[in-house]
Amino acid sequence: MLWKANLWALGEAAHGISGGTIIYQLLMFIILLALLRKFAWQPLMNIMKQREEHIANEIDQAEKRRQEAEKLLEEQRELMKQSRQEAQALIENARKLAEEQKEQIVASARAEAERVKETAKKEIEREKEQAMAALREQVASLSVLIASKVIEKELTEQDQRKLIEAYIKDVQEVGGAR
Amino acid sequence: MEHKAPLVEFLGLTFNLSDMLMITITCLIVFIIAVAATRSLQLRPTGMQNFMEWVFDFVRGIINSTMDWQTGGRFLTLGVTLIMYVFVANMLGLPFSVHVNGELWWKSPTADATVTLTLAVMVVALTHYYGVKMKGASDYLRDYTRPVAWLFPLKIIEEFANTLTLGLRLFGNIYAGEILLGLLASLGTHYGVLGAVGAAIPMMVWQAFSIFVGTIQAFIFTMLTMVYMAHKVSHDH
Repeated sequence: MLWKANLWALGEAAHGISGGTIIYQLLMFIILLALLRKFAWQPLMNIMKQREEHIANEIDQAEKRRQEAEKLLEEQRELMKQSRQEAQALIENARKLAEEQKEQIVASARAEAERVKETAKKEIEREKEQAMAALREQVASLSVLIASKVIEKELTEQDQRKLIEAYIKDVQEVGGAR
Repeated sequence: MEHKAPLVEFLGLTFNLSDMLMITITCLIVFIIAVAATRSLQLRPTGMQNFMEWVFDFVRGIINSTMDWQTGGRFLTLGVTLIMYVFVANMLGLPFSVHVNGELWWKSPTADATVTLTLAVMVVALTHYYGVKMKGASDYLRDYTRPVAWLFPLKIIEEFANTLTLGLRLFGNIYAGEILLGLLASLGTHYGVLGAVGAAIPMMVWQAFSIFVGTIQAFIFTMLTMVYMAHKVSHDH
């Protein structure tokens, strides 16, 4: 009785083992597995993998872009700083240049003035020399005239010359003292 | 409550026609669901594809909880097919059963010990196959004497116990569910209005519970498959 109940619980054992069902079940499951692998699971897993890669790529790219943006920002900041410095330097240079030019202009003006003054002085000197020479000549001829008038007959030509020269010396001394 | 099964002898083998019918129907349903879900695959999944991917993630979780993905990844399709097959098979017997001339035709294929034990033996055979394939024959054999040699007889018994419990657990749960459903149905149809009213509520409750049991059993079957598999293919245990 107990034996029979146990068999009944196993269900199949009551009818004997049905080998055909076992083979059929095995075959069907293997066929199902093969078909699903080919037509459903493989494509599905491919797309899941593809998505995984896609997401990973996107994350990588986002990270790369972020770094690039950061780099660009840094570069821009650097450029900004540089251009500001350059502008500062330009202004500084211009100021320096202007200062220099001013100095130059003032210096050249001063030099020009000096030169003009110098020329004028020289001119004056020259004029003075000329005037002195002319005066000397006149004095000489006048004194010769006077002398010849005073001592017309007593003096030889030689004595006369000596006398004139003494006069001229006197005149020169007077001129040099002045 | 005992019904005869439609048996046919062919080439010296016994074929249970109702089992074969239900196995075929189960395979068809699983195949149709799977193909329908993966017909138009997109990077951004919608509808059925979402469901199928959820199943994949679920089975991936089962595998990951028993072994590392490096060794377990190859069993993903097996696990998904198993869980879908067992789940659909469990559900088939719930809405109704069909008897023709005292023979039971429409039922869950998993309410037959032959079917469940076939699945169990197949799974255990696969674990041995992969055990030898992935660890080598000597390492596989040495596993029977680990951690200590005198456990060897117990290890041998364990293999048979695993196979039997794996198959009979599933069979018992589903078969018992169907027996009770049948009893409630006959109570509802054979004892007049009172019987019908009295049977209606327990019937609903039991069907709901059977859905739960069927789902859990599908999960347990897949889980144990992966546990046995991990037991055989993992190096660290």
